Amino acid sequence: MIKLFGKRLPTFSHGIHPGDFKDLTRHLPIERMPFTDELVLPLSQHLGAPSRARVKVGDKVQRGQLIAEPGGFVSIGLHAPVTGTVTAIEPRHHPGGKMVEAIIIKTDPFSPQTFYNEHSMEWESLSARELISLIQHGGFVGLGGAAFPTHVKLSVPEGKHAQFLIVNGVECEPYLTADHRVMLENYEDLFLGIRILQHILKVKQVYIGVENNKEDAIEVLRKNVPGDMACEVIALETKYPQGAEKMLIEAVLHREVPSGRLPIDVEVVVNNSGTITGIGQMFRFGQPLIERVVTVTGPGINRPANLLVPIGTRLSDVLDYCGGLKDNTRQLLFGGPMMGTPQSHLDVPIMKGTSGILCLTENEVVVREEYPCIRCLRCVDVCPVSLNPSRLGSLAKSRDYEQMLDFHVMDCVECGSCSYVCPSNIPLVQRFRVAKGLLREQQARNKAS
Amino acid sequence: MSEAYLAVLFIGGLSIFLAGVLAFANRKLAVQEDPRIDAVTDMLPNANCGACGKPGCRAFAEAVVHGEQQPSDCTVGGPETAEIVANYLGIDPGSSVRKVARLMCAGGTDVAEQAANYVGAESCRAAAAVAGGPKECTYGCLGLADCEVACTFDAISMMPNALPFVNATKCTACGDCVAACPKGLFELIPINQHLLVQCKSQLAGDEILEGCEVACTACSRCAADAPEGLIEMKNNLPVINSALLHKETEIATLRCPTGAITWLNEQQFADKAKMAESE
Repeated sequence: MIKLFGKRLPTFSHGIHPGDFKDLTRHLPIERMPFTDELVLPLSQHLGAPSRARVKVGDKVQRGQLIAEPGGFVSIGLHAPVTGTVTAIEPRHHPGGKMVEAIIIKTDPFSPQTFYNEHSMEWESLSARELISLIQHGGFVGLGGAAFPTHVKLSVPEGKHAQFLIVNGVECEPYLTADHRVMLENYEDLFLGIRILQHILKVKQVYIGVENNKEDAIEVLRKNVPGDMACEVIALETKYPQGAEKMLIEAVLHREVPSGRLPIDVEVVVNNSGTITGIGQMFRFGQPLIERVVTVTGPGINRPANLLVPIGTRLSDVLDYCGGLKDNTRQLLFGGPMMGTPQSHLDVPIMKGTSGILCLTENEVVVREEYPCIRCLRCVDVCPVSLNPSRLGSLAKSRDYEQMLDFHVMDCVECGSCSYVCPSNIPLVQRFRVAKGLLREQQARNKAS
Repeated sequence: MSEAYLAVLFIGGLSIFLAGVLAFANRKLAVQEDPRIDAVTDMLPNANCGACGKPGCRAFAEAVVHGEQQPSDCTVGGPETAEIVANYLGIDPGSSVRKVARLMCAGGTDVAEQAANYVGAESCRAAAAVAGGPKECTYGCLGLADCEVACTFDAISMMPNALPFVNATKCTACGDCVAACPKGLFELIPINQHLLVQCKSQLAGDEILEGCEVACTACSRCAADAPEGLIEMKNNLPVINSALLHKETEIATLRCPTGAITWLNEQQFADKAKMAESE
């Protein structure tokens, strides 16, 4: 009733309201998962060039030690999540579907697993460039799911400058509660991380965007904002896909990122709250990105949990730790139900970008027949970037990819809202992803020739 | 009445004047073009497939007339067309061996395991974007017929075991299937090459056989049995040196434990294709 008379909470235009299903795990404190006997660390866990291994088979590694260095500017370091021995460097199943070169570490069962500290913690005296390099070598990527290297976002190009930092605590995907628990439990590290980013970016104002289905987190953050920090916690209306960078900027600042441009073009830098917390932890304890919080959830798992998992732990080990799968489980996803990637192998490792493991049963995984488009335009109503998915869908079906460019398919954020509302069950977003992949390949070929 | 005459005269005069301008422009501004280009274009198959590397047949004709490419670079037309074009232009047709598209995977549904069920858009590319597709082997053919759709010459048809069959007589080696396959399984191979490695898996060891009975385990027996230099192991796969094809021998395939390396005559999957045709 209060909301009826009060001001409406800020949000973006369009979007959908899927059920959030977060009650399974939102009250569960973060729990540390024990080390498993073998960890698989793909050299490509992020967008960009793969990292270069700097250990050999047979090497002893210490927890937190750099085992692969950045393979370029858009690339990051990789660290040993456990003390142990490198047993192999070979192609292994990757959650993205390919076989990817990975470092295999066998855990030393007698090690105390204290970590090896490579970093200086005196960050106040360091320059922005030094801090960015530390973050790159610390192996930080966006922990929300896309795994884009964080240091690239923090390196503001010459001639541009950031005015605002937005901390993305939205977590709009149904089921996931990892960021929610991190904000509740590790807010001190989050604020330390924000200070470091403020120091790098020289922003004057920080906003933390949190959806109002996480009221306890909003309250805790508001209560604990340091007095000297220009930081405001903004409660947002719960709506999907608010966690998408461009949507969040629209919700918080009412600025629209132009087509084909980046947030920095509207003087904003957005980072995930989990990532910033990780950066805070690195400068507090010297710990690089070697573990992350993963929500193991869904009706198909026996014991849902918010787990702190060492990167590289195999999916099957995590599922075993959570009491195993129920018999009627039909689908396993890395990430949430809207944008997560289904998995076909149980030996894939948890990666830096794995925000959740979702186990769906036959009750949720319903195979529906595809019908022709009836031009109801519900997809047009919900598309957060104002595209015409109906028209794009028919072009994609007839494989007229080039004409899709005229309908701005490259601006699609692949949120899946169109597929969600389609009454004819057309796999719209899947077709757009195929089209975008093909068009990108074609552009690369044209550029080469 | 006189007004009507005036209008007719005016429009008539104007059109005669403009016709004169056009006739003048046609003479003065004409683009001098080699008439042979049109003639050669007519001799070509006009499939505009792009196999020669040019955007279309006319662009290829220009390249041939200007001596940038050889007539035999048009694989669609084959040696006959190259001969006709070469005779007309009085040049050498060039020697390019006819190629066909071959599939570097023999893991049909009868021999390869599925790790998961795939439900979604019926396209290999779409399936490959979802955790690499449903197959246990992430290198293998997904069987959702992107190549069949891409082939403009109707040379590809899907067999009952969900592998594409390339009809070697219809295939023109235009390369559309090579671009369409998300797993990169098609290669254009000279039709007279008999040895073929029907596997792309870069894994070594017998574990791979749990996923596919006909995979290459990288045992390298073929490389040991073949004449010196013909077969070399790269990334756990045998690679056939196309410069030494005259040394080819069937002996290389005899000790292969899985049949990943085979000896072909004209058609790939010849035994299974019969099944496809009877369906």
